[in-house]
Amino acid sequence: MKIAVCAKYVPEATAARRIDPSTKRLDRTGEGALNPFDANAVEEGLKLKEAVGDAEVVIVSVGPTKALEAMRRALAMGADRVVLVSDDAAAGSDLVATSRVLAAALEREEPDLVLFGQQANDGDGAVLWAAVADRLQRPLISQVAELEHEDGKVRGKRQTEFGYDVIEAPLPAVVAVSDAINVPRYPALKGIMGAKKKPQETLSLADLGVPADEAGEAGSRTTVEALNDPPARGDTVKLEDDGSAAEKIVEFLQEKRAL
Amino acid sequence: MKFLVFLEHHEGRLQKDSLGVLGKAASLGEAEAVLLGSELEALAANAGRFGAQRVHVIDDVLLDKPLPQPRVDALKTLVGEGGFDAVLFAASVLSADVAGGLAARLDAGLNYDLTDLAVEDGKLIGTRPALGDSVYADVGWSSEPRLALFRSGSFEPSETGGSAEVVKFESRLQDFSLAATMVEQAHEESEGPSIEDADVIVAGGRGLGGPEGFEAVEELAKALGGAVAATRAVVDAGWYPYAAQVGQTGKTVSPKLYVAVGISGAIQHKVGMQSSGLIVAINKDPNAPIFEYADLGVVGDLNEILPKLTELVRARKAA
Repeated sequence: MKIAVCAKYVPEATAARRIDPSTKRLDRTGEGALNPFDANAVEEGLKLKEAVGDAEVVIVSVGPTKALEAMRRALAMGADRVVLVSDDAAAGSDLVATSRVLAAALEREEPDLVLFGQQANDGDGAVLWAAVADRLQRPLISQVAELEHEDGKVRGKRQTEFGYDVIEAPLPAVVAVSDAINVPRYPALKGIMGAKKKPQETLSLADLGVPADEAGEAGSRTTVEALNDPPARGDTVKLEDDGSAAEKIVEFLQEKRAL
Repeated sequence: MKFLVFLEHHEGRLQKDSLGVLGKAASLGEAEAVLLGSELEALAANAGRFGAQRVHVIDDVLLDKPLPQPRVDALKTLVGEGGFDAVLFAASVLSADVAGGLAARLDAGLNYDLTDLAVEDGKLIGTRPALGDSVYADVGWSSEPRLALFRSGSFEPSETGGSAEVVKFESRLQDFSLAATMVEQAHEESEGPSIEDADVIVAGGRGLGGPEGFEAVEELAKALGGAVAATRAVVDAGWYPYAAQVGQTGKTVSPKLYVAVGISGAIQHKVGMQSSGLIVAINKDPNAPIFEYADLGVVGDLNEILPKLTELVRARKAA
Protein backbone atom coordinates (compact mmCIF):
# COMPACT_ATOMS: atom_id res chain seq x y z
CA MET A 1 0.00 0.00 0.00
CA LYS A 2 1.30 3.42 -0.88
CA ILE A 3 0.25 6.38 1.28
CA ALA A 4 1.03 9.92 0.14
CA VAL A 5 0.89 12.65 2.76
CA CYS A 6 0.59 16.19 1.40
CA ALA A 7 2.59 18.56 3.56
CA LYS A 8 3.22 22.28 3.49
CA TYR A 9 6.25 24.32 4.42
CA VAL A 10 5.04 27.23 6.54
CA PRO A 11 6.77 30.04 8.41
CA GLU A 12 7.89 29.07 11.92
CA ALA A 13 4.99 29.64 14.33
CA THR A 14 7.10 31.84 16.58
CA ALA A 15 8.31 34.08 13.75
CA ALA A 16 6.64 37.44 13.21
CA ARG A 17 4.63 37.10 10.03
CA ARG A 18 4.19 39.83 7.50
CA ILE A 19 2.93 40.30 3.99
CA ASP A 20 5.46 41.67 1.53
CA PRO A 21 3.80 44.87 0.24
CA SER A 22 5.46 44.60 -3.19
CA THR A 23 4.32 41.06 -4.01
CA LYS A 24 1.30 41.10 -1.67
CA ARG A 25 2.33 37.58 -0.68
CA LEU A 26 3.27 36.19 2.70
CA ASP A 27 6.94 36.87 3.37
CA ARG A 28 8.51 33.41 3.41
CA THR A 29 12.13 34.48 3.71
CA GLY A 30 12.37 33.62 7.42
CA GLU A 31 12.68 30.28 9.17
CA GLY A 32 10.15 27.64 8.22
CA ALA A 33 8.74 24.39 9.50
CA LEU A 34 6.43 21.52 8.66
CA ASN A 35 2.86 22.80 8.99
CA PRO A 36 1.84 21.47 12.43
CA PHE A 37 -1.56 20.30 11.17
CA ASP A 38 0.20 18.15 8.56
CA ALA A 39 1.98 16.28 11.36
CA ASN A 40 -1.43 14.74 12.17
CA ALA A 41 -1.66 13.45 8.59
CA VAL A 42 1.90 12.08 8.79
CA GLU A 43 1.06 10.35 12.08
CA GLU A 44 -2.09 8.80 10.62
CA GLY A 45 -0.13 7.59 7.60
CA LEU A 46 2.47 6.00 9.87
CA LYS A 47 -0.20 4.32 12.03
CA LEU A 48 -1.77 2.90 8.90
CA LYS A 49 1.59 1.66 7.68
CA GLU A 50 2.21 -0.04 11.02
CA ALA A 51 -1.19 -1.73 10.82
CA VAL A 52 -0.84 -2.83 7.19
CA GLY A 53 2.81 -3.87 7.37
CA ASP A 54 3.70 -3.70 3.70
CA ALA A 55 3.28 0.01 3.06
CA GLU A 56 5.21 3.10 2.10
CA VAL A 57 4.61 6.66 3.34
CA VAL A 58 5.66 9.35 0.87
CA ILE A 59 5.64 13.03 1.76
CA VAL A 60 4.57 15.21 -1.18
CA SER A 61 5.08 18.95 -0.97
CA VAL A 62 5.19 22.05 -3.15
CA GLY A 63 7.45 24.83 -1.92
CA PRO A 64 10.87 26.46 -1.92
CA THR A 65 14.01 24.26 -1.90
CA LYS A 66 14.58 24.98 1.78
CA ALA A 67 11.27 23.20 2.47
CA LEU A 68 13.19 19.94 2.17
CA GLU A 69 14.83 20.52 5.52
CA ALA A 70 11.46 21.07 7.23
CA MET A 71 10.07 17.93 5.58
CA ARG A 72 12.84 15.93 7.27
CA ARG A 73 10.79 16.15 10.41
CA ALA A 74 8.24 13.89 8.72
CA LEU A 75 11.06 11.53 7.72
CA ALA A 76 12.34 11.58 11.31
CA MET A 77 8.84 10.61 12.46
CA GLY A 78 9.08 7.58 10.20
CA ALA A 79 7.99 8.54 6.68
CA ASP A 80 9.96 6.76 3.95
CA ARG A 81 10.77 9.50 1.45
CA VAL A 82 10.01 13.02 0.28
CA VAL A 83 9.00 14.38 -3.10
CA LEU A 84 9.25 18.15 -3.24
CA VAL A 85 8.07 20.14 -6.24
CA SER A 86 10.19 23.26 -6.20
CA ASP A 87 10.14 25.70 -9.06
CA ASP A 88 10.29 29.50 -9.10
CA ALA A 89 7.45 29.43 -11.61
CA ALA A 90 5.21 27.80 -8.97
CA ALA A 91 5.62 30.60 -6.41
CA GLY A 92 2.48 32.59 -5.69
CA SER A 93 0.14 29.81 -6.82
CA ASP A 94 -3.48 30.14 -5.72
CA LEU A 95 -5.83 27.21 -5.14
CA VAL A 96 -6.36 26.38 -8.81
CA ALA A 97 -2.63 26.46 -9.59
CA THR A 98 -1.47 24.70 -6.41
CA SER A 99 -4.01 21.91 -6.85
CA ARG A 100 -2.84 21.42 -10.44
CA VAL A 101 0.82 21.07 -9.44
CA LEU A 102 0.09 18.88 -6.43
CA ALA A 103 -2.27 16.64 -8.42
CA ALA A 104 0.43 16.19 -11.07
CA ALA A 105 2.95 15.13 -8.41
CA LEU A 106 0.41 12.73 -6.89
CA GLU A 107 -0.49 11.24 -10.27
CA ARG A 108 3.17 10.38 -10.74
CA GLU A 109 3.16 8.50 -7.41
CA GLU A 110 -0.20 6.75 -7.91
CA PRO A 111 -0.84 6.31 -4.16
CA ASP A 112 -3.66 4.18 -2.76
CA LEU A 113 -4.41 6.85 -0.18
CA VAL A 114 -3.72 10.59 -0.17
CA LEU A 115 -3.77 12.23 3.26
CA PHE A 116 -4.07 15.94 4.08
CA GLY A 117 -3.92 17.81 7.40
CA GLN A 118 -6.89 19.95 8.33
CA GLN A 119 -5.46 23.30 7.28
CA ALA A 120 -2.22 25.23 6.95
CA ASN A 121 -1.41 27.56 9.80
CA ASP A 122 -0.36 30.34 7.44
CA GLY A 123 -3.63 31.39 5.91
CA ASP A 124 -5.19 28.51 4.11
CA GLY A 125 -8.82 27.95 3.29
CA ALA A 126 -9.01 24.23 4.00
CA VAL A 127 -10.19 23.70 0.43
CA LEU A 128 -7.10 22.25 -1.26
CA TRP A 129 -7.97 18.59 -0.72
CA ALA A 130 -11.33 19.01 -2.43
CA ALA A 131 -9.66 20.57 -5.47
CA VAL A 132 -7.00 17.83 -5.56
CA ALA A 133 -9.60 15.04 -5.17
CA ASP A 134 -11.51 16.51 -8.09
CA ARG A 135 -8.41 16.66 -10.29
CA LEU A 136 -7.46 13.08 -9.38
CA GLN A 137 -11.10 11.97 -9.74
CA ARG A 138 -10.90 10.18 -6.42
CA PRO A 139 -13.50 9.95 -3.65
CA LEU A 140 -12.99 12.39 -0.80
CA ILE A 141 -13.62 12.27 2.95
CA SER A 142 -12.70 15.46 4.82
CA GLN A 143 -12.45 16.59 8.45
CA VAL A 144 -11.90 12.98 9.55
CA ALA A 145 -11.48 12.53 13.31
CA GLU A 146 -11.39 8.70 13.26
CA LEU A 147 -10.10 6.63 10.35
CA GLU A 148 -10.46 2.90 9.76
CA HIS A 149 -9.08 0.86 6.93
CA GLU A 150 -10.13 -2.61 5.78
CA ASP A 151 -10.81 -4.59 2.60
CA GLY A 152 -9.61 -1.88 0.26
CA LYS A 153 -11.87 0.73 1.83
CA VAL A 154 -11.49 3.57 4.27
CA ARG A 155 -14.15 4.72 6.68
CA GLY A 156 -13.96 8.15 8.29
CA LYS A 157 -15.95 9.64 11.12
CA ARG A 158 -16.19 13.40 11.20
CA GLN A 159 -17.77 16.20 13.14
CA THR A 160 -20.12 18.51 11.28
CA GLU A 161 -22.22 21.51 12.24
CA PHE A 162 -25.09 19.17 13.04
CA GLY A 163 -23.50 16.14 14.65
CA TYR A 164 -21.30 13.58 13.01
CA ASP A 165 -21.10 11.67 9.73
CA VAL A 166 -19.53 8.34 8.96
CA ILE A 167 -18.42 8.17 5.33
CA GLU A 168 -16.93 5.22 3.49
CA ALA A 169 -14.88 5.26 0.29
CA PRO A 170 -13.07 2.65 -1.78
CA LEU A 171 -9.34 3.09 -2.35
CA PRO A 172 -7.73 4.91 -4.01
CA ALA A 173 -9.15 7.85 -2.08
CA VAL A 174 -8.32 11.26 -0.63
CA VAL A 175 -8.76 11.80 3.11
CA ALA A 176 -8.26 15.05 5.03
CA VAL A 177 -7.84 14.50 8.75
CA SER A 178 -8.73 16.84 11.59
CA ASP A 179 -6.16 17.50 14.29
CA ALA A 180 -8.41 15.70 16.76
CA ILE A 181 -7.52 12.38 15.08
CA ASN A 182 -4.23 11.71 16.89
CA VAL A 183 -1.26 13.16 18.74
CA PRO A 184 1.73 13.18 16.41
CA ARG A 185 4.73 11.28 17.74
CA TYR A 186 7.97 13.06 18.54
CA PRO A 187 10.82 11.92 16.32
CA ALA A 188 13.23 9.68 18.22
CA LEU A 189 16.93 10.51 18.06
CA LYS A 190 17.50 7.51 15.81
CA GLY A 191 14.82 8.77 13.45
CA ILE A 192 16.36 12.22 13.34
CA MET A 193 19.79 10.75 12.59
CA GLY A 194 18.39 8.53 9.85
CA ALA A 195 16.17 11.16 8.20
CA LYS A 196 18.92 12.75 6.13
CA LYS A 197 19.75 9.45 4.46
CA LYS A 198 16.22 8.75 3.31
CA PRO A 199 15.39 9.44 -0.37
CA GLN A 200 14.57 13.10 -1.02
CA GLU A 201 13.66 14.07 -4.54
CA THR A 202 13.21 17.59 -5.89
CA LEU A 203 11.15 17.98 -9.03
CA SER A 204 10.57 20.90 -11.38
CA LEU A 205 7.30 21.72 -13.13
CA ALA A 206 8.87 20.40 -16.35
CA ASP A 207 9.54 17.05 -14.62
CA LEU A 208 5.82 16.82 -13.98
CA GLY A 209 4.82 18.05 -17.43
CA VAL A 210 3.05 21.10 -15.98
CA PRO A 211 3.50 24.14 -18.27
CA ALA A 212 5.00 27.10 -16.38
CA ASP A 213 2.05 29.32 -17.31
CA GLU A 214 -0.35 26.93 -15.56
CA ALA A 215 1.38 27.41 -12.21
CA GLY A 216 2.38 30.36 -10.04
CA GLU A 217 0.73 33.70 -10.60
CA ALA A 218 0.34 33.00 -14.32
CA GLY A 219 -1.76 29.93 -13.57
CA SER A 220 -3.73 31.55 -10.79
CA ARG A 221 -7.25 32.91 -11.12
CA THR A 222 -7.37 35.12 -8.04
CA THR A 223 -5.60 38.37 -7.25
CA VAL A 224 -4.74 40.47 -4.22
CA GLU A 225 -5.69 44.05 -5.04
CA ALA A 226 -4.84 45.88 -1.85
CA LEU A 227 -3.88 45.41 1.79
CA ASN A 228 -5.72 47.38 4.44
CA ASP A 229 -5.70 47.78 8.19
CA PRO A 230 -8.43 45.90 10.02
CA PRO A 231 -11.48 47.96 10.92
CA ALA A 232 -10.95 49.63 14.28
CA ARG A 233 -13.05 48.55 17.21
CA GLY A 234 -14.13 51.15 19.72
CA ASP A 235 -12.06 51.64 22.83
CA THR A 236 -12.21 49.04 25.56
CA VAL A 237 -13.81 50.10 28.79
CA LYS A 238 -11.90 48.17 31.44
CA LEU A 239 -12.80 47.95 35.10
CA GLU A 240 -11.80 45.97 38.17
CA ASP A 241 -14.54 44.27 40.13
CA ASP A 242 -15.14 46.09 43.40
CA GLY A 243 -18.28 44.11 44.08
CA SER A 244 -20.40 46.11 41.63
CA ALA A 245 -19.18 44.60 38.34
CA ALA A 246 -22.44 42.76 37.66
CA GLU A 247 -24.42 46.02 37.98
CA LYS A 248 -21.94 47.81 35.75
CA ILE A 249 -22.20 45.13 33.06
CA VAL A 250 -25.99 45.43 33.07
CA GLU A 251 -25.74 49.23 32.85
CA PHE A 252 -23.34 48.91 29.94
CA LEU A 253 -25.61 46.46 28.10
CA GLN A 254 -28.61 48.74 28.60
CA GLU A 255 -26.67 51.75 27.38
CA LYS A 256 -25.73 49.79 24.24
CA ARG A 257 -29.31 48.54 23.92
CA ALA A 258 -28.13 44.93 24.15
CA LEU A 259 -30.52 44.06 26.94
CA MET B 1 -23.89 41.29 -12.16
CA LYS B 2 -25.54 37.90 -11.95
CA PHE B 3 -24.87 35.68 -8.94
CA LEU B 4 -25.57 32.04 -8.21
CA VAL B 5 -25.79 31.24 -4.50
CA PHE B 6 -25.36 27.65 -3.31
CA LEU B 7 -28.07 27.12 -0.71
CA GLU B 8 -27.45 24.57 1.98
CA HIS B 9 -30.39 22.88 3.65
CA HIS B 10 -30.69 20.63 6.65
CA GLU B 11 -33.80 18.77 7.80
CA GLY B 12 -36.14 20.87 5.70
CA ARG B 13 -34.61 24.23 6.59
CA LEU B 14 -32.54 26.57 4.49
CA GLN B 15 -29.37 27.37 6.40
CA LYS B 16 -29.04 30.85 7.83
CA ASP B 17 -25.53 31.52 6.54
CA SER B 18 -26.41 30.66 2.95
CA LEU B 19 -29.52 32.88 3.16
CA GLY B 20 -27.25 35.65 4.44
CA VAL B 21 -25.02 35.26 1.38
CA LEU B 22 -28.13 35.25 -0.83
CA GLY B 23 -29.21 38.57 0.69
CA LYS B 24 -25.77 40.03 0.01
CA ALA B 25 -25.92 38.86 -3.61
CA ALA B 26 -29.40 40.37 -4.04
CA SER B 27 -28.07 43.71 -2.74
CA LEU B 28 -25.31 43.73 -5.38
CA GLY B 29 -27.15 42.48 -8.45
CA GLU B 30 -29.34 39.74 -9.81
CA ALA B 31 -29.43 36.80 -7.40
CA GLU B 32 -30.29 33.26 -8.34
CA ALA B 33 -29.86 30.23 -6.12
CA VAL B 34 -29.35 26.50 -6.44
CA LEU B 35 -30.74 23.83 -4.14
CA LEU B 36 -29.72 20.19 -4.51
CA GLY B 37 -31.47 17.08 -3.23
CA SER B 38 -34.91 15.60 -3.78
CA GLU B 39 -38.43 17.00 -3.36
CA LEU B 40 -37.18 20.47 -2.62
CA GLU B 41 -39.52 22.63 -4.70
CA ALA B 42 -41.48 24.05 -1.76
CA LEU B 43 -38.26 24.83 0.09
CA ALA B 44 -36.81 26.39 -3.06
CA ALA B 45 -39.76 28.75 -3.39
CA ASN B 46 -39.01 29.96 0.15
CA ALA B 47 -35.69 31.35 -1.03
CA GLY B 48 -37.60 34.02 -2.91
CA ARG B 49 -38.40 35.74 0.37
CA PHE B 50 -34.66 36.11 0.97
CA GLY B 51 -33.79 37.68 -2.36
CA ALA B 52 -33.61 34.91 -4.97
CA GLN B 53 -35.29 35.70 -8.29
CA ARG B 54 -34.89 32.17 -9.54
CA VAL B 55 -33.98 28.94 -7.80
CA HIS B 56 -32.51 26.02 -9.74
CA VAL B 57 -33.37 22.65 -8.24
CA ILE B 58 -32.41 19.07 -8.92
CA ASP B 59 -34.74 16.31 -7.89
CA ASP B 60 -32.37 13.39 -7.37
CA VAL B 61 -32.18 11.09 -4.35
CA LEU B 62 -28.47 10.62 -5.08
CA LEU B 63 -28.07 14.17 -3.78
CA ASP B 64 -29.96 13.64 -0.53
CA LYS B 65 -26.89 12.95 1.59
CA PRO B 66 -24.66 15.96 2.27
CA LEU B 67 -21.68 14.74 0.24
CA PRO B 68 -19.72 17.25 -1.82
CA GLN B 69 -18.60 15.51 -4.99
CA PRO B 70 -21.95 14.88 -6.74
CA ARG B 71 -22.76 18.52 -5.95
CA VAL B 72 -19.69 19.56 -7.89
CA ASP B 73 -21.07 17.62 -10.89
CA ALA B 74 -24.44 19.34 -10.59
CA LEU B 75 -22.96 22.81 -10.24
CA LYS B 76 -20.62 22.19 -13.17
CA THR B 77 -23.67 21.39 -15.28
CA LEU B 78 -25.56 24.49 -14.16
CA VAL B 79 -22.67 26.95 -14.22
CA GLY B 80 -21.34 25.42 -17.44
CA GLU B 81 -24.47 26.68 -19.21
CA GLY B 82 -23.03 30.11 -18.61
CA GLY B 83 -24.49 33.38 -17.56
CA PHE B 84 -23.28 33.55 -13.97
CA ASP B 85 -20.61 36.11 -13.13
CA ALA B 86 -20.02 34.65 -9.68
CA VAL B 87 -20.93 31.59 -7.62
CA LEU B 88 -21.15 32.20 -3.86
CA PHE B 89 -20.97 29.79 -0.91
CA ALA B 90 -21.39 30.20 2.84
CA ALA B 91 -18.66 28.22 4.58
CA SER B 92 -19.57 24.90 6.15
CA VAL B 93 -18.04 21.45 6.25
CA LEU B 94 -20.01 20.60 3.10
CA SER B 95 -19.78 23.90 1.19
CA ALA B 96 -16.00 24.25 1.53
CA ASP B 97 -15.53 20.88 -0.18
CA VAL B 98 -18.06 21.75 -2.89
CA ALA B 99 -16.40 25.11 -3.59
CA GLY B 100 -12.88 23.63 -3.65
CA GLY B 101 -13.94 20.83 -5.99
CA LEU B 102 -15.79 23.22 -8.31
CA ALA B 103 -12.77 25.53 -8.53
CA ALA B 104 -10.67 22.64 -9.85
CA ARG B 105 -13.41 21.38 -12.15
CA LEU B 106 -13.93 24.78 -13.79
CA ASP B 107 -10.34 26.02 -13.38
CA ALA B 108 -12.02 28.99 -11.74
CA GLY B 109 -10.60 31.30 -9.09
CA LEU B 110 -11.87 30.68 -5.56
CA ASN B 111 -11.39 33.31 -2.88
CA TYR B 112 -12.11 31.86 0.55
CA ASP B 113 -12.58 33.04 4.11
CA LEU B 114 -14.20 36.24 2.82
CA THR B 115 -16.13 38.48 5.19
CA ASP B 116 -17.57 40.90 2.65
CA LEU B 117 -18.18 41.48 -1.04
CA ALA B 118 -18.59 44.68 -3.03
CA VAL B 119 -18.79 45.90 -6.61
CA GLU B 120 -16.27 48.69 -7.19
CA ASP B 121 -16.12 50.32 -10.65
CA GLY B 122 -17.89 47.30 -12.06
CA LYS B 123 -15.33 44.99 -10.49
CA LEU B 124 -16.11 42.39 -7.85
CA ILE B 125 -13.93 42.78 -4.74
CA GLY B 126 -13.90 40.49 -1.72
CA THR B 127 -12.64 41.25 1.78
CA ARG B 128 -10.27 38.63 3.16
CA PRO B 129 -8.84 39.00 6.65
CA ALA B 130 -5.36 37.46 6.86
CA LEU B 131 -2.59 36.74 9.39
CA GLY B 132 -4.89 36.31 12.35
CA ASP B 133 -7.07 39.11 10.96
CA SER B 134 -4.30 41.69 11.43
CA VAL B 135 -4.49 42.54 7.72
CA TYR B 136 -7.57 42.93 5.55
CA ALA B 137 -6.86 42.12 1.91
CA ASP B 138 -9.00 43.24 -1.02
CA VAL B 139 -9.09 40.25 -3.32
CA GLY B 140 -10.27 39.88 -6.91
CA TRP B 141 -10.61 37.39 -9.71
CA SER B 142 -8.84 37.22 -13.07
CA SER B 143 -11.30 34.87 -14.80
CA GLU B 144 -14.95 33.90 -14.77
CA PRO B 145 -16.92 32.56 -13.12
CA ARG B 146 -15.67 33.96 -9.84
CA LEU B 147 -16.07 31.62 -6.88
CA ALA B 148 -16.33 32.95 -3.33
CA LEU B 149 -16.59 31.19 0.01
CA PHE B 150 -17.69 33.34 2.96
CA ARG B 151 -16.95 32.93 6.63
CA SER B 152 -19.91 31.81 8.63
CA GLY B 153 -21.77 34.69 10.20
CA SER B 154 -20.66 37.20 7.56
CA PHE B 155 -24.16 38.34 6.60
CA GLU B 156 -27.57 38.39 8.24
CA PRO B 157 -30.40 37.08 6.04
CA SER B 158 -32.89 39.77 5.12
CA GLU B 159 -36.48 38.88 4.38
CA THR B 160 -37.56 41.05 1.48
CA GLY B 161 -40.75 39.18 0.71
CA GLY B 162 -40.18 38.47 -2.98
CA SER B 163 -40.99 35.27 -4.80
CA ALA B 164 -38.73 33.01 -6.78
CA GLU B 165 -39.29 31.13 -9.98
CA VAL B 166 -38.35 27.49 -9.41
CA VAL B 167 -36.58 25.87 -12.35
CA LYS B 168 -35.71 22.18 -12.49
CA PHE B 169 -32.53 20.91 -14.05
CA GLU B 170 -30.79 17.59 -14.39
CA SER B 171 -27.19 16.56 -14.22
CA ARG B 172 -25.20 13.45 -14.87
CA LEU B 173 -23.21 12.45 -11.82
CA GLN B 174 -19.70 11.04 -12.24
CA ASP B 175 -18.89 7.54 -11.00
CA PHE B 176 -16.04 8.80 -8.80
CA SER B 177 -18.36 11.39 -7.30
CA LEU B 178 -20.68 8.64 -6.08
CA ALA B 179 -17.88 6.40 -4.76
CA ALA B 180 -17.90 7.90 -1.26
CA THR B 181 -21.06 6.96 0.62
CA MET B 182 -22.64 8.10 3.86
CA VAL B 183 -22.99 5.08 6.13
CA GLU B 184 -24.19 6.89 9.22
CA GLN B 185 -25.42 10.33 10.16
CA ALA B 186 -26.04 11.30 13.75
CA HIS B 187 -27.43 14.53 15.02
CA GLU B 188 -26.69 16.07 18.34
CA GLU B 189 -29.78 17.58 19.82
CA SER B 190 -29.09 20.75 21.68
CA GLU B 191 -31.39 22.91 23.70
CA GLY B 192 -31.86 26.52 22.73
CA PRO B 193 -30.43 28.23 19.65
CA SER B 194 -27.29 26.93 17.95
CA ILE B 195 -24.30 29.24 18.20
CA GLU B 196 -24.51 30.13 14.50
CA ASP B 197 -28.08 31.34 14.88
CA ALA B 198 -27.88 32.97 18.28
CA ASP B 199 -28.03 36.75 18.78
CA VAL B 200 -26.38 36.33 22.17
CA ILE B 201 -23.55 33.95 23.04
CA VAL B 202 -22.03 33.30 26.43
CA ALA B 203 -18.72 31.51 25.98
CA GLY B 204 -16.60 29.74 28.56
CA GLY B 205 -12.89 28.97 28.71
CA ARG B 206 -10.30 27.43 30.98
CA GLY B 207 -10.94 30.04 33.64
CA LEU B 208 -14.15 28.18 34.51
CA GLY B 209 -11.96 25.66 36.28
CA GLY B 210 -13.77 22.53 35.13
CA PRO B 211 -16.85 21.19 33.33
CA GLU B 212 -19.04 22.14 36.31
CA GLY B 213 -18.14 25.78 35.64
CA PHE B 214 -20.38 25.66 32.57
CA GLU B 215 -23.49 25.49 34.77
CA ALA B 216 -23.14 29.17 35.61
CA VAL B 217 -22.45 29.94 31.93
CA GLU B 218 -25.59 28.07 30.90
CA GLU B 219 -27.64 29.93 33.49
CA LEU B 220 -26.47 33.30 32.19
CA ALA B 221 -27.05 32.23 28.57
CA LYS B 222 -30.58 31.14 29.46
CA ALA B 223 -31.28 34.43 31.20
CA LEU B 224 -30.02 36.36 28.15
CA GLY B 225 -31.89 34.08 25.71
CA GLY B 226 -28.62 33.04 24.13
CA ALA B 227 -26.48 30.04 23.32
CA VAL B 228 -23.40 28.61 25.03
CA ALA B 229 -20.05 28.44 23.28
CA ALA B 230 -16.68 27.10 24.36
CA THR B 231 -13.03 27.54 23.53
CA ARG B 232 -10.92 24.90 21.95
CA ALA B 233 -8.98 24.27 25.17
CA VAL B 234 -12.07 23.26 27.10
CA VAL B 235 -13.52 21.23 24.23
CA ASP B 236 -10.22 19.35 23.99
CA ALA B 237 -10.36 18.82 27.75
CA GLY B 238 -13.83 17.31 27.33
CA TRP B 239 -15.65 19.97 29.37
CA TYR B 240 -18.07 20.87 26.57
CA PRO B 241 -19.12 19.39 23.18
CA TYR B 242 -17.27 20.27 19.98
CA ALA B 243 -20.45 21.62 18.35
CA ALA B 244 -20.11 24.64 20.63
CA GLN B 245 -16.47 25.35 19.76
CA VAL B 246 -15.66 28.84 18.55
CA GLY B 247 -12.35 29.72 16.94
CA GLN B 248 -9.91 28.79 14.23
CA THR B 249 -10.66 25.08 14.37
CA GLY B 250 -14.30 25.55 15.33
CA LYS B 251 -17.01 27.92 14.20
CA THR B 252 -16.92 31.58 13.37
CA VAL B 253 -19.75 33.47 15.01
CA SER B 254 -20.95 37.05 14.97
CA PRO B 255 -23.76 37.48 17.48
CA LYS B 256 -24.96 40.90 18.58
CA LEU B 257 -23.56 40.22 22.06
CA TYR B 258 -20.66 37.92 22.97
CA VAL B 259 -19.90 37.42 26.66
CA ALA B 260 -16.51 35.76 27.16
CA VAL B 261 -16.10 34.18 30.58
CA GLY B 262 -12.71 32.91 31.74
CA ILE B 263 -11.34 33.14 28.20
CA SER B 264 -7.86 34.60 27.72
CA GLY B 265 -8.61 35.33 24.07
CA ALA B 266 -5.66 33.96 22.11
CA ILE B 267 -5.63 34.71 18.40
CA GLN B 268 -7.10 31.26 17.58
CA HIS B 269 -10.19 32.23 19.55
CA LYS B 270 -10.25 35.83 18.38
CA VAL B 271 -10.63 34.94 14.70
CA GLY B 272 -13.80 33.02 15.55
CA MET B 273 -15.67 35.79 17.32
CA GLN B 274 -14.15 39.21 16.77
CA SER B 275 -16.85 40.36 14.38
CA SER B 276 -19.41 40.10 17.19
CA GLY B 277 -21.41 43.29 17.73
CA LEU B 278 -20.54 43.82 21.36
CA ILE B 279 -17.90 41.91 23.30
CA VAL B 280 -17.95 41.72 27.10
CA ALA B 281 -15.08 39.86 28.77
CA ILE B 282 -14.76 38.68 32.36
CA ASN B 283 -11.35 37.36 33.37
CA LYS B 284 -9.28 37.40 36.52
CA ASP B 285 -6.02 38.06 34.61
CA PRO B 286 -5.75 41.80 33.87
CA ASN B 287 -3.26 41.02 31.09
CA ALA B 288 -5.51 38.60 29.18
CA PRO B 289 -5.34 39.40 25.43
CA ILE B 290 -9.13 39.45 25.23
CA PHE B 291 -9.12 42.84 26.98
CA GLU B 292 -7.42 44.29 23.90
CA TYR B 293 -10.51 43.79 21.76
CA ALA B 294 -13.40 43.58 24.21
CA ASP B 295 -15.80 46.54 24.38
CA LEU B 296 -16.18 46.04 28.11
CA GLY B 297 -13.51 44.21 30.08
CA VAL B 298 -14.07 43.22 33.69
CA VAL B 299 -11.15 42.04 35.79
CA GLY B 300 -12.57 39.91 38.55
CA ASP B 301 -13.66 36.54 39.89
CA LEU B 302 -16.24 35.00 37.60
CA ASN B 303 -17.60 32.87 40.46
CA GLU B 304 -18.67 36.09 42.17
CA ILE B 305 -19.78 38.02 39.11
CA LEU B 306 -21.70 35.40 37.09
CA PRO B 307 -24.45 34.51 39.59
CA LYS B 308 -25.08 38.19 40.36
CA LEU B 309 -25.14 39.09 36.69
CA THR B 310 -27.58 36.25 35.94
CA GLU B 311 -29.89 37.45 38.73
CA LEU B 312 -29.79 41.05 37.49
CA VAL B 313 -30.47 40.04 33.89
CA ARG B 314 -33.41 37.86 34.98
CA ALA B 315 -34.83 40.73 37.02
CA ARG B 316 -34.40 43.13 34.10
CA LYS B 317 -36.08 40.74 31.65
CA ALA B 318 -38.96 40.11 34.05
CA ALA B 319 -39.55 43.83 34.56
